[in-house]
Amino acid sequence: MLVVACVKQVPDTTQVQIDPATNTLIRDGIPFIINPYDSHALEESLRLKDSHGFKAVALSMGPPNAEATLRKALALGVDRSILLSDRVFGGADTLSTSNVIAAAIRKLGEQEEVGIVLCGKQTIDGDTAQVGPGIAVRLGYSQLTLVDRIEKIDLVQKTIVVRRKLEGRYEVVEARLPVMITVVRELNRPRYPTVPMRLSSAKAQVECWSNEQLQLDVNSVGLKGSPTWVSRIFSPERKEGEIIGDGMNDPVGAANLLLDKLIEGDVLAV
Amino acid sequence: MQQTLFIAMLTVSLAGFAFSCYRRLALVTVGSSEDRFDRPLDRLKEMLIYAVGQKRVVSRPFGLNHGVIFWAFLALALANLEFLVSGIFPAVSFALLPATVHGALLFLFDICSVATLFAVVVAAVHRTVQPPFDGARTLEAYIILAMIATLMLAYLGLNGVRIAQGMLPATTATPVSALAASLIRATPAATQLETTGNVFWWIHAVVLLGFMNFLPYSKHMHILTAIPNVFLRTMGESNTQERESFLEGNRFGAATVDRLSWKDLLDSFSCTECGRCQQSCPASSTGKALNPREVIHAIKENLLRNGAVMDKLAGDLAAERTISLIGNETKGSIKPAALWSCTSCGACMEACPVFIEHLPKIVKMRRHLVQMDASFPEELLNLFENMEQRSNPWGMAPAERSKWSSQLNLRPFEAGETEYLLFVGCSGAFDARNKQVSVALTRVLDAAGVSYGVLGKDEKCCGDSVRRLGNEYLFDQMAKATVEQFVAKGVTKVITQCPHCFTTLKNDYRQYGLELEVMHHSQLIDELVAAGRLTLSGTAEIGRTVFHDSCYLGRHNNVYQAPREVLRMAAGQEVVEMGRSRENALCCGAGGGRMWLEEHEGTPINRSRVQEALAHKPETICVSCPFCMTMFEDGIKDVTGVTTQVKDIAEVTALSLQQSLLPPSIS
Repeated sequence: MLVVACVKQVPDTTQVQIDPATNTLIRDGIPFIINPYDSHALEESLRLKDSHGFKAVALSMGPPNAEATLRKALALGVDRSILLSDRVFGGADTLSTSNVIAAAIRKLGEQEEVGIVLCGKQTIDGDTAQVGPGIAVRLGYSQLTLVDRIEKIDLVQKTIVVRRKLEGRYEVVEARLPVMITVVRELNRPRYPTVPMRLSSAKAQVECWSNEQLQLDVNSVGLKGSPTWVSRIFSPERKEGEIIGDGMNDPVGAANLLLDKLIEGDVLAV
Repeated sequence: MQQTLFIAMLTVSLAGFAFSCYRRLALVTVGSSEDRFDRPLDRLKEMLIYAVGQKRVVSRPFGLNHGVIFWAFLALALANLEFLVSGIFPAVSFALLPATVHGALLFLFDICSVATLFAVVVAAVHRTVQPPFDGARTLEAYIILAMIATLMLAYLGLNGVRIAQGMLPATTATPVSALAASLIRATPAATQLETTGNVFWWIHAVVLLGFMNFLPYSKHMHILTAIPNVFLRTMGESNTQERESFLEGNRFGAATVDRLSWKDLLDSFSCTECGRCQQSCPASSTGKALNPREVIHAIKENLLRNGAVMDKLAGDLAAERTISLIGNETKGSIKPAALWSCTSCGACMEACPVFIEHLPKIVKMRRHLVQMDASFPEELLNLFENMEQRSNPWGMAPAERSKWSSQLNLRPFEAGETEYLLFVGCSGAFDARNKQVSVALTRVLDAAGVSYGVLGKDEKCCGDSVRRLGNEYLFDQMAKATVEQFVAKGVTKVITQCPHCFTTLKNDYRQYGLELEVMHHSQLIDELVAAGRLTLSGTAEIGRTVFHDSCYLGRHNNVYQAPREVLRMAAGQEVVEMGRSRENALCCGAGGGRMWLEEHEGTPINRSRVQEALAHKPETICVSCPFCMTMFEDGIKDVTGVTTQVKDIAEVTALSLQQSLLPPSIS
């Protein structure tokens, strides 16, 4: 049975800047990282591989350079890494992205039964939290979002029990496989690749599927298949800060000044 | 009859001794190869100073006692040689030598025997009353001492009998033997001189041969291995670990004895279990799992248990069939917690009288844990990711690296335009307290008119912490990136304010073919003052000052005097020395990657060091390392009611600059 971890390569947001002229992200020279929530999804797929004998597949849609992230997944121990990359997939919103990923998972299912699809709860660049549920809907899987613990998996009865971490409460949910799970950081602690695995992954094959393999209607993918588009990106205006007090020589005075300011600005209440 | 019996015993003993030595020392060959025969003359010199001269041995309490036994042993080796030879050929003895020479030898043997006897008694009392460590009162230790004492008594007794028999002259040349003779004359044994002599002779013979055969199985193996071990000591920096080759199919680090070098294994046979390493170790002395003596002992145990198997099997098969060097339960294994407790301060190596190198072994085992098992304290996951992604330990955006100097108008480094590269380091660029040190340093450099530039946002972490933590794969990437950058930019002279950057750029990068002239800021400031380019007027702001040695500047690079000179001139007063200073300084607790790890066990090392410093009632504790700065600042916060401030060398220097010398933009 397959467990599929969907991972997205995102720009390291601490280093992203916006081009004021074009209102687009400056991507040149910005390092990419695996979306942090997705690294927990990936880790869980590896744990399921270790504990229940699942075959772990890492899946990513993105430009060719997203191969780096999938290679890292191989170094961590997934059995297969598949990159969904095609010019016609470009400019996709969450709807057309989930169309492509769902099609890929369906195709994987033709070879071997898919039991669990894991996604991070959201990405740090788009922050929509829509792609995971979108995949579930398109595949007709149960969707278990915001999962912080997998309580039980019964491969005979094909059921799963998970705990969802919600605002101020937990919810324990049972569902029938196959399921799509979105995960929160508390689920696990991602592992670190061993050097032998890194070295072997450097030569391993990252499979690349284009629309030739998926055979989707070009009007349902990429920009054409996207009912939403980003019209503008901009940085919120920030007022220039000010330096108050003298923290080096009079820390108590400076702290008092700061408290006064915070109360004055209604950040703190007395 | 007696002669035949002795020859038979001697033959068996020599054969047994040779076999035991061969069987044990042959195990050393399962280790990997390592060249320890370069610079033979320097090695010989070191051996004469430290092994024959016992320089390190005598430098600590009760070391002189060992020195006496050792030097007496060297002299008495002659007496014992004579004893063995005349046992076979009774006609051959030193008596054949001219009388004056024979007399001199007898005198030497007499004095040495009684001195050894005295030293052995002192050693036994010392071990009983004040053992060097818990568990040092072993039967083995006392047996050895008793054997040595018996040998001395038997020798003096035998000579006493001979004098009583008139076979030896009772002159001033044999004061102790003559005393023994008069004692014997006063006892009933006087009538049985022949028999008494025989008894002493046989006691001497049996104990001597027994001692010889016991040696290879005891910690007294060091009698054979210690001298060569000093000869084979590292002549380079023992904290600059060997590179690893990252090819598929290779194994990394060491979890089995065959992954250590033959010298690592020889070290384990050279340990005398004196306990000095653990007394000096900041981890051992604050209640951590690490005990450097036990690390070496575990390697020996492991080698004895596994060595024979290792010799026949190689690689993975050997690893499967043998117990791991790293583990929590088994004898002959070292706990991972112990390996992670090491601050890589090098105090153990500095303390070891026979130059055992603990640190490289610990790093090799860390390398295995990190690179083969991806097993390490959880705090390190973030560190490793941050280093890999953003080339700094905190995971700050690289673009923020130059923020500390946004008001300073620093020049970018350009070969030909600027003489030095000021390598600010991660702490100097990102850490709030240490940014102040960076600013102070630029003031000092500007005041002296030093031509320097910075790399700004393009500077990367040198990789010190990841290397000491055993993540050699990541260090290799980081080192290559910086070396490539330095070569491209034509960097040849570097100023660092961090001893960790200092040692990495200076020593570690040499392995990547980059020879740099690296100066720690304390060395440069010292030079600038000496050359008259800086005038320090002394400052009243720092008051009574103690200086804390950074391990990476001091022990690992032998820079002790420069910071003291700077401090003396900048403060206008002599520096107050802590009890443990210079080579013996106690680590702040942050080296070896410990900066990024919590201290869960025992008392915090920094608190312990802060207490040592505060005992001198200083107004200022002066440091020369950003990690020490952090550890002291944190440690002092835990002590209530103390107004002592922590300052870096650069800050003290900046304070004492004559105001008129400050560049107008800053003053």
